[in-house]
Amino acid sequence: MNQPSTEQLKKTPLNARHRAHGARMVPFGGWDMPVEYSGIVNEHMAVRTKAGLFDVSHMGQIEVAGKDALGAVQRISSNDATKLSVGQAQYSALTTPAGTFIDDLIVYRLASDHFLLVVNAGNIEKAYKWIADETRAVGDVAVVNSSARYALLAVQGPAAPAIVQQLTAADLTGVKYYWFTHGEVAGVRSIIARTGYTGEDGFELFIPPASAERVWNTILETGASAGIVPVGLGARDTLRLEAGMHLSGQDMDETTTVLEADLGWLVGWKKHDFIGKAALEQQKAAGVTRRLVGFEMAAPGIARHGYPAHARGGDGIVTSGTQTPLLKKAIGLAYLPTAATTPGTEFEIDIRGRRTPARVVPRQFYKRPR
Amino acid sequence: MYPADRRYTKDHEWIVVTGNLGRVGITDYAQKQLGDVVFVEPPDVGRAVSQGQSAGNIESVKAVSELYSPATGKVIAVNGDLSAKPELVNTDPHGTWLFEIELSNPGEVANLLDNQQYAELVK
Repeated sequence: MNQPSTEQLKKTPLNARHRAHGARMVPFGGWDMPVEYSGIVNEHMAVRTKAGLFDVSHMGQIEVAGKDALGAVQRISSNDATKLSVGQAQYSALTTPAGTFIDDLIVYRLASDHFLLVVNAGNIEKAYKWIADETRAVGDVAVVNSSARYALLAVQGPAAPAIVQQLTAADLTGVKYYWFTHGEVAGVRSIIARTGYTGEDGFELFIPPASAERVWNTILETGASAGIVPVGLGARDTLRLEAGMHLSGQDMDETTTVLEADLGWLVGWKKHDFIGKAALEQQKAAGVTRRLVGFEMAAPGIARHGYPAHARGGDGIVTSGTQTPLLKKAIGLAYLPTAATTPGTEFEIDIRGRRTPARVVPRQFYKRPR
Repeated sequence: MYPADRRYTKDHEWIVVTGNLGRVGITDYAQKQLGDVVFVEPPDVGRAVSQGQSAGNIESVKAVSELYSPATGKVIAVNGDLSAKPELVNTDPHGTWLFEIELSNPGEVANLLDNQQYAELVK
């Protein structure tokens, strides 16, 4: 048993709340986190049809501030932060010189010279050290790991905006997708961001840890009539996969480039420079030899992370796979040789020794109705 | 909770023996650990299975888990209802069999746990 004991795992401010309410807890990225409350399928469907509440306080927050903060963010983030207005957010990649991923991140522009970067739980120390080291020469900039200063709650689903609106005086209709505002939610000061990791409408709330339980409880009470349920990491994973969103460390890492991960839209090609730009330009000109695709199984079986794939033109590997609760079919993401990445292409996945047919499909398996 | 008409393995399968036939399923404890079951892959009909050895897989949304045969013999049937309704394993674990074995030695299951011993194991 190499699993760290729960004593060694980090705990969010809601840990006792999760345990008291019967969540099944698992270690994730060094944290003791709820994997399910009422069952993954039930939680998944609640988010698709009503609303779900997630504790994502394990995510890391790194702040970059100072006269040269924009230059610092431009250096370490692949996307073009000059396009960000104050109050706007942007998905991006934290890239190595080879154009591969240290992590993915969301960049929130709090002020013209102040950025909030949200990184993944397992990567907080590494990302912080990387950003601090790589921006030292930029000039007047301070990089702070402020993860302990924020609890992060996500309210997601078609009923989510109405639930959050009931708890704040801030006008949320004016907060578009990937924008944010400041205001009190349930009487607690908050950054209210229209971001998420489910493919649904909704908000993420950055709040002081001491108030996390109060806000959590108030959201569940307020949303009860709309059918809100607490959701664990299990459904968070099936929801993001169904929506075609990447999981950093699993679908991409330091061995895969931004282009291979099919996230070329995260590259600010017109930027003066950023770490990894030259390598990505070179790869773009030469063309990638493999690329991440969505697939669905064409015969019974569920492909899982790490299963080998065999396509015409070479081998590949499955990085994510599950049975989706909504679409009720086995789907996943896999790296395949570029020649095999056109939608409709048939290939095989080795499911525990059994070669099982699969088909390339567009990566966004589910698109919410608007 | 755990019916007295069958025997249980430490790996959380059960077997109901009728004559020289045994029907195999997983326990309520096992289905709770697995979470929502979405796919059952029983051993192929005709395959020889041995007590304590791997005999197919059961998949929940989260993960895949191996099934172990509670007895030695030959698989003669699999439960066809499960391809369309794998969730039966969750809703009625003790009423939902996965596969049926023609037993080489019906007395073999005496070495498995009875319902009280199993209840103690998962307490």
